[in-house]
Amino acid sequence: MVEVLFIGLSLSSILLLIALGLAITYGAMGVINMAHGDMVMIGAYVTVMSKIWLDLSFFAAIPIAFIVTALIGLVIERLVVRRLYNRLLDTLLATWGISILLQQSIRLEFGLSFFGINIEGLGPGLQNVSVPSVLQGTVHVAGTDLNAYRVFIIAVTAVLTLVTWAILYRTSFGVQVRAIIRNPQMAAACGIDVKRVNALTFAFGSGLAGVAGVMMSGFKTVFPDMGSTLVVDGFLVVVTGGVGSIYGTILASGLLGEINALVALFSNDIIARAVVFAVVIAVIVLRPKGLFSFKGR
Amino acid sequence: MIVNRRDLLKTAAASSVLLAAPGIIGRAYASDTIKVGALYSQTGGLSVVEKLLASAVQLAVDEINADGGVLGQQVEVVVEDGASDPKTFNEKASKLILRDRISNIFGCHTSASRKAVLPIFERRNAMLYYQTHYEGFECSRNVLYTGAVPNQQLGNLIPWLVNTHGRKKIFIVGSNYVYPKEMAKVTKKLLADNGAEWVADEYLELGHSEWAAMVKKIKDSGCDAVVSNVVGDSIIAFYREFKNQGITQEDIPICATVTGEIEIQAMGAEFAAGSYTSVPYFQSIDTDANRAFIENFRKKVNDPNVVTYHSLEAAYFQVFIWKQAVEAAGTLDIDAVREKLGGQSYDAPGGTVTIDGDNLHAALTPRIGQWQEDGQSKIIVASDGNIKPLPYSAYGETADNLFCTSQGLLRDKL
Repeated sequence: MVEVLFIGLSLSSILLLIALGLAITYGAMGVINMAHGDMVMIGAYVTVMSKIWLDLSFFAAIPIAFIVTALIGLVIERLVVRRLYNRLLDTLLATWGISILLQQSIRLEFGLSFFGINIEGLGPGLQNVSVPSVLQGTVHVAGTDLNAYRVFIIAVTAVLTLVTWAILYRTSFGVQVRAIIRNPQMAAACGIDVKRVNALTFAFGSGLAGVAGVMMSGFKTVFPDMGSTLVVDGFLVVVTGGVGSIYGTILASGLLGEINALVALFSNDIIARAVVFAVVIAVIVLRPKGLFSFKGR
Repeated sequence: MIVNRRDLLKTAAASSVLLAAPGIIGRAYASDTIKVGALYSQTGGLSVVEKLLASAVQLAVDEINADGGVLGQQVEVVVEDGASDPKTFNEKASKLILRDRISNIFGCHTSASRKAVLPIFERRNAMLYYQTHYEGFECSRNVLYTGAVPNQQLGNLIPWLVNTHGRKKIFIVGSNYVYPKEMAKVTKKLLADNGAEWVADEYLELGHSEWAAMVKKIKDSGCDAVVSNVVGDSIIAFYREFKNQGITQEDIPICATVTGEIEIQAMGAEFAAGSYTSVPYFQSIDTDANRAFIENFRKKVNDPNVVTYHSLEAAYFQVFIWKQAVEAAGTLDIDAVREKLGGQSYDAPGGTVTIDGDNLHAALTPRIGQWQEDGQSKIIVASDGNIKPLPYSAYGETADNLFCTSQGLLRDKL
């Protein structure tokens, strides 16, 4: 039973890892960020490239991926997203476009492949990230053998969640972010630099996706399209948990992950997927604002 | 060695041109090149694999052109992009056949795309040259199938697994679509014939890569071997999860029908080391012809690390089969070419292949390879000579009782 719960926990942690960044960009800023999955993809490519070109270990890729994707996020916010606040559907289309741009720039090696220049680690092919031997195999916990890599992901997710919570609820920056979530105009009237805070929030959300990418590269293949399926899972979690609520996101990922694991083990993976979607639909129908949502006045 | 082979081909080509000369004059749409189609995904999720297949076709055509072409004419490849979408495949096939008037087309990778283009090939009497190993259960007179069918993969894998390797309880796992399900059917039949049993027959959604629950099921099932018909990038996640849950290939070996050099390279060789795959071709086949093929292909795609694998080799050699049939027929007329395709034999990189005159599938030599730490396979079992392709083996087809014949499918036998 410990193992079953562990698998569920592991599925939950992966969902949360992807949804955490989305919970901030979608939840806090009201941007449907379709490029979020591609930030995950870029994080994964950073892992591939830092191994090939800088000969850095898997662990060293984590901060690099965060910085790279946060910077890309900052640029995207400055150039595109900033102009689209309060235009929900337009953000969807614009970020979808960005998503395609990002995928193609990796696939075409920033256009260099047209000139016959090939960069190792980019291009349309599948890339391989080797997981450090410490994280391969199993660890013995509470009488059962658990997959070491999954334990590591759970730990990283827990740390990132704590950091995010601390930033949102224990810093003055977090107060500003939460003020903007509740009412951007009022926040601006109180002297908060809404544009600057939004830009940094978007960059932070993108950086979280980058770290998720490093984690995903360890057990998925790395290829330009890898983000498109992940972003769907991310939105499922955020919508179920309730827009703008970090607790909701944590709870929803835990719920969906455990349901998925339990159903998968006692029947099969295909039915598990169907059950997860059924639960999400039920939640949306019964509680349109998600499990936890902020009640505005 | 390469030079010798080239020279030989050159002489062969020159002599067949002489023989075929009258045929050229008679052609109504004579032009200075012969056009063939290459219909593969250049974009979309399947483009990674399919672009390489298109390159293999192009490599073969380059070599044929360097040796004087076909019927004395240079061959031109018209490339169309199927965009990883069966509907686009259908449209592009129509374009090649109707507008470009090309009736010899190399192409398709997935069964879905093949099924999507089949009606147009049959209605317009064109010929599709299809290189991927597939589930069988098809008998078209308008397709030349050069990849393996189930009896050429499982037909040697299962008896070996049960009788030589001594595994009796088999867990069958696959992606959730037609190929793995048909393969599972054949597997169960062969397991029963060899006195072993299957403990589970489970599927994971196509393209899904979360294997935690499934691998735990495998661990708890009490099986002593896994037969995997998983496809695509799910394969990579599967092998990684398998190792990371602490199962060793000595305890429960994975025996796969799809996992090839390209997937091994992508997952990292250490995850697959010790597992088995049954296909007719491995990059590790140690012959001059294969070494030359690997070298030429790497030059062609300008990538010194690219690996070669079963469908890639078949995509390459089927062009030569086509050339031989066209030259034997002396015309591009499809009915005449089809007549000559049966019985054609070619020394492919992986060994001699022969086209079966009954069902237009290739007779191939099944091999079982064990994956090593370097990402290459060690061939541990090779069948004695070519095995006759039986696309309906899941439904009781045997060499003495054919369902798919040169008259088409004998429906009453199903």
